Amino acid sequence: MIAKGNIAYYCWLILLLILILQGGFAYLHQFEKGLIVTNMRDQVSWAFYIGNFTFLVGVAAAAVMLVIPAYVYNWGPIKEIVVYGELLAVAAISMCLGFVLVDMGRPDRFWHLTPIIGIMNFPSSLLAWDAIVLNIYLLVNLTVVTNILYSLFMKKHYNHKIVLPLVIFSIPMAVSIHTVTAFLYNGMAARPYWNSAILAPRFLASAFCSGPAILLILFQVLRKTTSFRIKDEAIHKVAELMAYAMFINLFLFFAEVFKEYYSNTQHIVYMNYLFFGLNGKMSPIAIWGWLSVLFGVIAFLIFLFPKTRKNFVAMNIGCVMIYTSVYIEKGIALIIPGYTPTVLGEIYEYFPSIHELRISAAIFGVGFLLFTLMIKVSNSLLFEELSIETIKNREQ
Amino acid sequence: MNNYFKSSFVILSALIFFSCSKSGKSEETIKTNYESNKDSNLIAVASPPFSEFIFPCSRCHKNIEPNHKRRELVWAHDNIKLEHDEKNRWCLDCHDANNRDKLHLADGRLLDFTESYKLCGQCHGPTLRNWLAGEHGKRTGSWKGQKQYLLCVNCHNPHSPRFKPLEPLPRPMKPSELRDTNGIRL
Amino acid sequence: MKKNTDLTRREFIKGAAGIAGATVLASCGLSGDALEAFLQKHFKELSNDEKAEILKRIEDECKAKYGKEVAVVGTPAEEGVLFAYALDISRCIGCRRCVYGCCEENNQSRDPQIHWITVLEMDKSEGVNLEKANSYYEVDKVPQPDKFYFPVACQQCENPPCVKVCPVKATWKEPDGIVVVDYNWCIGCRCCITACPYGARHFNWAEPKIPTDELNPSMHYLGNRPRMKGCVEKCTFCIQRTRGEEKKYPKCVEVCPVGARKFGNLLDPSSEIRYILANKRVFIFKEELNTRPKFFYYYGL
Repeated sequence: MIAKGNIAYYCWLILLLILILQGGFAYLHQFEKGLIVTNMRDQVSWAFYIGNFTFLVGVAAAAVMLVIPAYVYNWGPIKEIVVYGELLAVAAISMCLGFVLVDMGRPDRFWHLTPIIGIMNFPSSLLAWDAIVLNIYLLVNLTVVTNILYSLFMKKHYNHKIVLPLVIFSIPMAVSIHTVTAFLYNGMAARPYWNSAILAPRFLASAFCSGPAILLILFQVLRKTTSFRIKDEAIHKVAELMAYAMFINLFLFFAEVFKEYYSNTQHIVYMNYLFFGLNGKMSPIAIWGWLSVLFGVIAFLIFLFPKTRKNFVAMNIGCVMIYTSVYIEKGIALIIPGYTPTVLGEIYEYFPSIHELRISAAIFGVGFLLFTLMIKVSNSLLFEELSIETIKNREQ
Repeated sequence: MNNYFKSSFVILSALIFFSCSKSGKSEETIKTNYESNKDSNLIAVASPPFSEFIFPCSRCHKNIEPNHKRRELVWAHDNIKLEHDEKNRWCLDCHDANNRDKLHLADGRLLDFTESYKLCGQCHGPTLRNWLAGEHGKRTGSWKGQKQYLLCVNCHNPHSPRFKPLEPLPRPMKPSELRDTNGIRL
Repeated sequence: MKKNTDLTRREFIKGAAGIAGATVLASCGLSGDALEAFLQKHFKELSNDEKAEILKRIEDECKAKYGKEVAVVGTPAEEGVLFAYALDISRCIGCRRCVYGCCEENNQSRDPQIHWITVLEMDKSEGVNLEKANSYYEVDKVPQPDKFYFPVACQQCENPPCVKVCPVKATWKEPDGIVVVDYNWCIGCRCCITACPYGARHFNWAEPKIPTDELNPSMHYLGNRPRMKGCVEKCTFCIQRTRGEEKKYPKCVEVCPVGARKFGNLLDPSSEIRYILANKRVFIFKEELNTRPKFFYYYGL
């Protein structure tokens, strides 16, 4: 199933394999020398890896955007595409786990974090919570997807009693993974930029507008490359839901900006670093901060008006824009200002090192590879009539 | 019994101090049992930081007529520049004119150099109280029980007590200066 | 027939993977010591015998690495002791002798450089204002006339945020108040560094390098034994000195040339610390964060 494909498919696979291989070598170097090969230091101790991790947790949570209308409101046109959302969640969570692993100073001590063999600081540590909920979410999605696809393969109807409760359960799970990740930042009193009550709602809103963006593009690709006839209705509905999420995202951002600039306490220094600069020096990340806001606003406007939302060209531009906007927001605009200036007032200008870029590219490669292969398999099962019968027929 | 113990202790310590100072050793630290500093007159102190061969002063001064005129010294001790309320004070305000091996308090009572803190405390009362409590000055030794005190003069030159500025040790390395052990920064 | 071949192929792959995995593990260079270190339990879960073994193993590792005989102890906290620290910022002149004294005493890595104490130079006219603070000052003489100096290290909080967030409980508060790290349990996630409001925790970004002749051989498991890359470290109030038989002051207290640093037992009414709390006006750094440090700043002069 995965071996059959056209030239573009093979090129894609080879590209991903190259990315993974080069990243593997970079990681070996990092494993040997230590995290000094990154540009993270005591002053900015979480950066590119954790930024990507945070963004991908949001993407994983976004699968719920499809699950809710499909199963809670029983909306037919979306039901058939839920599987893709969950496959995306599986790929995203795998990447999350990858990023956590490469960010650890002692990945060989990973077993210290497991509940019974090691020691898990539950319920005090948010990272422990994150480890638990991420793995449960992964398990739930994997179980649902495997169940559905396997039943298709065996030409049986999937077991409602297992699948439906798990699917419903994945809704609060999706909310929880991103909430727990938000709380990880939120709970740090030492970092006033993150110590804001609306950080968790902001995370959820931005996740729900960026995650589905990937899926919308994917569905259009599938429409062209497979026999999958996803209805326009379904795409438009998802886009509409995204519009609501974008509004909430922008509103919460505006609320944050108001609080900082109106109250005008010393804590304004972080947002000033993000958008302007400190001590008369232009901030190197200011361009990214403004770009994120600009793209977010333009994408919202595109998705707000039905005319532009239903126009596929405009919608796709909007999707790319909102994806970029949230990617920047979760990485550069969240992590860096949290650490700059440091708790002792120092400014360290961080930018990712070559090793960080190479290793992150590899992890994205792994995620994309997983996603591609899983989609190929599910396509065969869903649309190319692959099943146990066809295999039996082939053998005879 | 207590008084007998105390007085014999004082005599013993005095003997030790005297014998130590006679030998001219300035680095030896004398340890005695330290009781609550509110009640006891006994404090374990380090030796006074005499210049080499300067003590006992009476070696020279028993043959010199004391000159009570306030003046700048030229014949001897001209290396000492007084920077300690020099508008109002001069040498014999602290050093006893008749017994140069001793210092004297305002009322004329004589003090050993090993008790010079009492002299300093006449003007610097709050500082003396803080020093007795262990807040002023430097602590070395043990945080529990036996503490070693330094005399005021072990840190502050009595003729020029204000600390001179020091050269600071090197600044920490900036995070951008911490590199891969190959020195490569990418 | 094709089905049979499929099954055999699957079995073959499984078997090959298993053998490959076992070979990798075996040939990973996991000697007896390294394997022991890998499987080592959390310090608080060790029995006395296991502790003794581990201390001996660390002594052997140091001997092998540095060529110097060392002694590593695991002295527990003493009852009736709660350590506290006071720093007189009217006296600190910013000479950094405490920084380097601490480096030598606690076997901090010289390359990459780790300092447990950060001395901030601040403007007298501004007071304690971190926005204008500078730890990289380079001048001929200190103190500079219009500046004052504010050293910061671990505040050994009673309500430590770093302990709260550690996912594996690699850092905890000891009964005598010192917040310690089990360097062999730390997974290097740097949550604690992010959570510390005082910038007191430091990460070993690479394998620490200490010149052998500067290695302090008198070590404590939770204190100044040489660390490894990928784990976190911080000031431990010189646990090897303060808990030792001689009950010494931390190195920074002894090295300070102006006597700005004070240390003692908060539960002993006759200690300098209690005198300072009773008679001086102390303040807590970032008090609003409710970390309840046992480090008190004051203006003595």
